[in-house]
Amino acid sequence: MKSPPVIARAIARGFSGLSGERGSQLLPQARLAGPMPWVIAIMIALTSIAAAGGLALNNLAQAARAELSGGVTVQIVEADPVERARQATAAATALAGKPGVSAIRVIPDAELDRLIEPWLGDAASGDAAIPVPALIDLHLSGTITPQRLGELRNALASAAPSARIDAQADWLGPVFAAISSLQWLALALIALLALASIAAVWLAARSALGSNHETIEVVHHLGGTDAQIARIFQRSVARDALLGGCAGLAIGLIAVFLLAQRFAALGSGMIDGGGLDVMDWAILALVPVAGIVLAALTARFTVLAALRRML
Amino acid sequence: MSGSGEDIVQFSNVGLRYGTGKEVLSDVSFTLYPGSFYFLTGASGAGKTSLLKLLYLAQRPSRGMISMFGTDIITLPRDRLPGLRRRLGVVFQDFRLIPHLSAFDNIALPLRVAGVTEQDLQKPVADMLEWVGLAGRSDARPATLSGGEQQRVAIARAVIGRPDMLVADEPTGNVDPEMALKLLRLFEALNRLGTTVVVATHDLHLLKKVPDSLIMRLDKGRLSDPTGALRYPPRRQAALS
Ligand SMILES: Nc1ncnc2c1ncn2[C@@H]1O[C@H](COP(=O)(O)OP(=O)(O)OP(=O)(O)O)[C@@H](O)[C@H]1O
Ligand SMILES: [Mg+2]
Repeated sequence: MKSPPVIARAIARGFSGLSGERGSQLLPQARLAGPMPWVIAIMIALTSIAAAGGLALNNLAQAARAELSGGVTVQIVEADPVERARQATAAATALAGKPGVSAIRVIPDAELDRLIEPWLGDAASGDAAIPVPALIDLHLSGTITPQRLGELRNALASAAPSARIDAQADWLGPVFAAISSLQWLALALIALLALASIAAVWLAARSALGSNHETIEVVHHLGGTDAQIARIFQRSVARDALLGGCAGLAIGLIAVFLLAQRFAALGSGMIDGGGLDVMDWAILALVPVAGIVLAALTARFTVLAALRRML
Repeated sequence: MSGSGEDIVQFSNVGLRYGTGKEVLSDVSFTLYPGSFYFLTGASGAGKTSLLKLLYLAQRPSRGMISMFGTDIITLPRDRLPGLRRRLGVVFQDFRLIPHLSAFDNIALPLRVAGVTEQDLQKPVADMLEWVGLAGRSDARPATLSGGEQQRVAIARAVIGRPDMLVADEPTGNVDPEMALKLLRLFEALNRLGTTVVVATHDLHLLKKVPDSLIMRLDKGRLSDPTGALRYPPRRQAALS
C-alpha cells in the first residue's frame, strides 16, 4: 500500500467556509423550489396592492385636507333677497378687517344658480325663485379652532344676524374617518400577509430541513457551524423569494396601474388627489425587498432553532 | 482534566443512558494516547456505537468526565464544538455520503467546511481519490458506486483533513475480507502519520492484522480492562516522533 498523499492540514482554519455556490450546492435545488416562489409571488402581489391602496388613500386624505384646511363657509340664510345681499356685503366687510383672514370671496348669485341648477332646475333662478342662502368663501391662515370660529361668529352677530359659519373640514369629518379606517384596514392586511408569508416560509424551511436532514447532520459532524448551515438555507430561500418577489411585484404593479387608470377615468375631483407619486412607487418597490429579508430571516431562525436541538 | 496534553481522549466514570432507559454504558474509564491504534469490540448491543458517538461528539454522557485534546467537553459551550469536530475524522457505519454530490465533492466537503479555497483543495482531493483507488470515478455520484467504493469515499472524506483522531464504526462491515484488509491498511498508513485510530468491529480476525493495536472490549456497557492498559497505558511513543 502506498503511503497516503500529503493531506491538507485544514482543521479549524476558519468558519467562513461553504459560502456562495459551494454552500448552495449542498441542497438539491428541486427540494426548495416548487411552490415556494409562487406562494411568495402571491403574497408580494397582494401586499403591494394593499400598500398601494393605503398610500393612495393617504394622498387622497392629504390633498383633501390641504384644500379644505383654512376653508370656512359663511351662509346668509335670509328669505328676503335685498336683506340677504345687504347682510352678505356687510359680513364680507366685517370679515375683511379680521386678523388671520387671508382671502374672502362672495360667491356671485350667477355662480350659485349654476351650482344649484342640476337639482332644482330653472326654479332656482328668476323672480319666483326658491330662496337660496348667500355664500361667502373665507380662507383663514393657520389651523381653524372652534375658538377662532367663535370669534368670527361674534364679529358677524351685529353686521349679519342671519349668518351661519362653518369650517369646511367639519363637513368632511366622516369622510376622513372612513378614509382613516380604510388605511388601518390596509395596514392590517399587510400585517396579516406578512404573518402568512412567515408561516409559509417557516413551513417550507421545515420541510427542506426534514428532507435534507442527513446532509445537515453530516455537515454538522464535519464541524460545520450553525451559522454556516443556516446560511445555506437562507440563501436558498432568499433566491426563491427573489424570484417570487419580482413576479409578485410585477403582478401587483400591473393591478395597481390598471386600477389607477379606472379611477382616473371617473374624473372626480375628489379622487384626483389619490394618485401615487414617485416616493410611493419607491415604497412599493421596497415591498419585495422586505419580503426577501423577511423570508431569509425566517429561514435562518427556523434552521438555527432546529440545529440547537442537536449537540 | 488532562493537564499533560499528551493524551488525546480521557474518559472517567462515564455513563450513558438514552432518555429514561437503563444505562447502556456504565463506569467507562480509559485514556487514548496519540498515535495509537485501537480496536473496539463487543457483542451486538454492547454499546460500541454509543461509545463512538461520545467520541465523535454526537452525544453528551449522562454522567462522568470526558476530555478531548485537553479540553473538558462536558462544560464546553456548544459553539466551541465545531472546532473540536474539525480535528476528528468519522467513518459512519452507513457511510452517510451526500447523495447528490460527486465523489470529489463528498471528499472535499470537510475542507470546504473549514474554509479552504477551491484552488487549495483541488490537489489534495485528487490525490486522495487516487490514494483510495478512485481516481477515475471523481464525478460519480454515490448511488453509482459499489458498496466498497462508497466505503472508500467515506474513508477518504474522514481522512482528507488529516484528523488528530479517526473514529470508524464497523468500517469493514459490508465488504469482503480482501477489501476489509485493504481498508485496514489505509487506516494503518494514516496512523503512521500520527493519527490516533479507533475502529469498532465485530471481526475478530482483523484484530490480529494490526500487530501494535490495543483492544477495548465492551461487555453489556462495561469496558473490560483486564490488564489495566487502557486506564493506565504503558508509555508509548507517538508514531510521528
Ligand atoms: N438512540 C437510542 N435510543 C435508545 N436506545 C438506544 C439508542 N441507541 C442505542 N440504544 C441502545 O443502546 C444499547 C447499545 O447500542 P449500540 O448501538 O451502542 O450497540 P453496538 O455495540 O453498537 O451494537 P451493534 O454491534 O449491533 O452495532 C442497545 O441496547 C440499544 O438498544
Ligand atoms: Mg453499532
